Amino acid sequence: MSASIAVTPADIVREAAALRQSLEAGFREEVVTSLYGEVERITRRAVHDSGSRPLELDQRIDHIVTSRWLGLPLMLVILAVIFWITIVGANVPSQMLAAAFFWFEDLAAGWFTQLGVPWWLTGFLWHGVYRGLAWVISVMLPPMAIFFPLFTILEDLGYLPRVAFNLDYLFKRAGAHGKQALSMAMGFGCNAAGIIATRVIDSPRERLVAILTNNFVPCNGRFPTLIMLATVFVAAAFPPAVASLVAAGSVVGIVLVGVLFTLVVSWALSRTILRGEASAFTLELPPYRRPGFARILYTSLIDRTLFVLWRAILTAAPAGAVIWLLANITPGGVSLATRTADFLDPLGWAIGLDGVILLAYIIAIPANEIVVPTMLMVYMSQGMMTELDSLDGLRVLLVDRHGWTMLTAVNLMLFSLLHNPCATTIITIYKETLSAKWTTIGALMPLVIAFAVTFLTAATARAFFGF
Amino acid sequence: MSTEHACETCPMHTEMAQLGAAVGGFDRVVALAGNPNTGKSTLFNALTGLRQHTGNWPGKTVTRAEGGFQFGGVRYKLVDLPGTYSLLSASDDEEVARNFLLFGRPDCTVVVVDASALERNLYLVLQVLEITDRVVVAVNLMDEAKRRGIDVDTRSLARDLGVPAVPIVARTSENVMVLLGEVAAVSAGETVTRPLRPKGTPEFERAVSRLVPLIETAAPGVPNARWIAIRLLDGDASVEEALASGRLAELVARQQAPDARFSRKIALQGAQ
Repeated sequence: MSASIAVTPADIVREAAALRQSLEAGFREEVVTSLYGEVERITRRAVHDSGSRPLELDQRIDHIVTSRWLGLPLMLVILAVIFWITIVGANVPSQMLAAAFFWFEDLAAGWFTQLGVPWWLTGFLWHGVYRGLAWVISVMLPPMAIFFPLFTILEDLGYLPRVAFNLDYLFKRAGAHGKQALSMAMGFGCNAAGIIATRVIDSPRERLVAILTNNFVPCNGRFPTLIMLATVFVAAAFPPAVASLVAAGSVVGIVLVGVLFTLVVSWALSRTILRGEASAFTLELPPYRRPGFARILYTSLIDRTLFVLWRAILTAAPAGAVIWLLANITPGGVSLATRTADFLDPLGWAIGLDGVILLAYIIAIPANEIVVPTMLMVYMSQGMMTELDSLDGLRVLLVDRHGWTMLTAVNLMLFSLLHNPCATTIITIYKETLSAKWTTIGALMPLVIAFAVTFLTAATARAFFGF
Repeated sequence: MSTEHACETCPMHTEMAQLGAAVGGFDRVVALAGNPNTGKSTLFNALTGLRQHTGNWPGKTVTRAEGGFQFGGVRYKLVDLPGTYSLLSASDDEEVARNFLLFGRPDCTVVVVDASALERNLYLVLQVLEITDRVVVAVNLMDEAKRRGIDVDTRSLARDLGVPAVPIVARTSENVMVLLGEVAAVSAGETVTRPLRPKGTPEFERAVSRLVPLIETAAPGVPNARWIAIRLLDGDASVEEALASGRLAELVARQQAPDARFSRKIALQGAQ
């Protein structure tokens, strides 16, 4: 064969195959062996190893952190401590922010009225848009400003790969890739980022499993919701001395439920529509590194806190406006908000929630961060709660006026954990899979599971515990 | 920070400038390759002034990030590739790295290696050397290695590999200016490298040299026909497929265009 006449790619592939046949069997092994020999020689000449002390402290820490018996409990304790610090630390600033924001709302609305601005414009701007923003900032900013730096420290220390190491065994049992533990850990930051992180998984099947189940760990946007629910509702049923511990414990419990669902759903997918075995991989445990203080502050406050907050603000302002409109357009004397909430009420009741909560979830589809503020605004817009300036007052009013029970709070946490991913995550699933089918499954499967689980807990609680 | 003052008066500083995420107007392209968790992103941030998130875990950078810096009056575009152990398998991140080295034709590729784990890191170095000869090896984390009682003789390393090797500590920017000096010389073609390429058996080399001219005729403009020939002899299905479907040419073109999966936002925020 000569190169001077036209050569088609198929010719080349055929020629290569022929040449391969002519070579001795195992020629490639020879090349690889010589490569290994070469690398070893170069290393021996270049590296001066004075008794190679492996980082002893590192090894001793790893011995404990990744030990068979202590690894997982220690992980839970670390998680609980972080949530506890967040809950205790965020309480007071949250109250102060809320008080300041709502004081200003009344003041500014008063000015508008004095200036003769029409009532609907004042209402729309101050009791709609502004109130939405105020709720988002006071409920979300303090926990985020405490939680994210702590989370970033863990990440920079090198603890997350150890978490993956501890969980690898469980993922393998579920038929999923061990590296899914990494993308799952990343999902605690942001589910969309967790889904991008699944690119480290080679097998398309295992990658899809990781993408479809990433939503089951609560992201940054949902943590404030969970923390707030745990603080205001679950912990309030206990004496003040242990309240913050109970709150931290229940957030850890919810995270565990999320991990459990990740594993169970991965297992189910691996045995049904994404059948297959788990593949092996190596996971490198990096040395512990001292986190850089300035970088932690930058990453956690600018990249994370402000990023999440800004996104929440962008969606909260229009959501506030929508809610105000729903509440103040009153065909036949009944507001649209009330009509919709009443319509959704039977469904809400069946899963231990109510119509207002479901309406809030629908309005908050663009960003999960704003579910609780949206919910509160819908309650308030119904005219039942006109003044609200403290989180305690909030609890009293919800419990007394709207019949919230422990079941409502627990199911709301479960629903928030399991329901459909936010719009950004859904778009990311599409970008990564380029498949409308998997995107639909990724969006609807969690929603179905959320309804099923909350329905079951509601039915059980009503049947056996008299809720 | 008080140290900033000393830096501003240092003559080196006037030579180097971080260009952040500036786009366009670059004179040369430099790629950053390396195993996961060797501090590539740290070096990337130190050079560009960007703040790509540098979590201490393997597989942090899953898409390539780009930034710019200026050194010695030349504007460089720096491309941070995903960390990989090899360039052979077909996982997404390895393919991103491999395709960029093959078809993006960087003027220089900096392979960042971990001084404490040199042996394991060298496999990737040798694979990169198979693809391109414009390589500088940055032996990073020298401080960590010293604490472990490990010292790396970079002169011996450079002699064996046939390309410059520079010891650095990316976290504190120690010796980074020396590294840039080597990058400048290699990318300008002033330093002529003689990369180590383990030769196969004579029959193997004969087979390679028969394929190379064929590949060059069938797909004009394809860089590094030798590498493709080796992959074909190896029976690499993805390369066979790329050649047969004419996707090789397409890949060449696509690597010149900005990667659709890359956005400035990801570069700035990391993957969150």
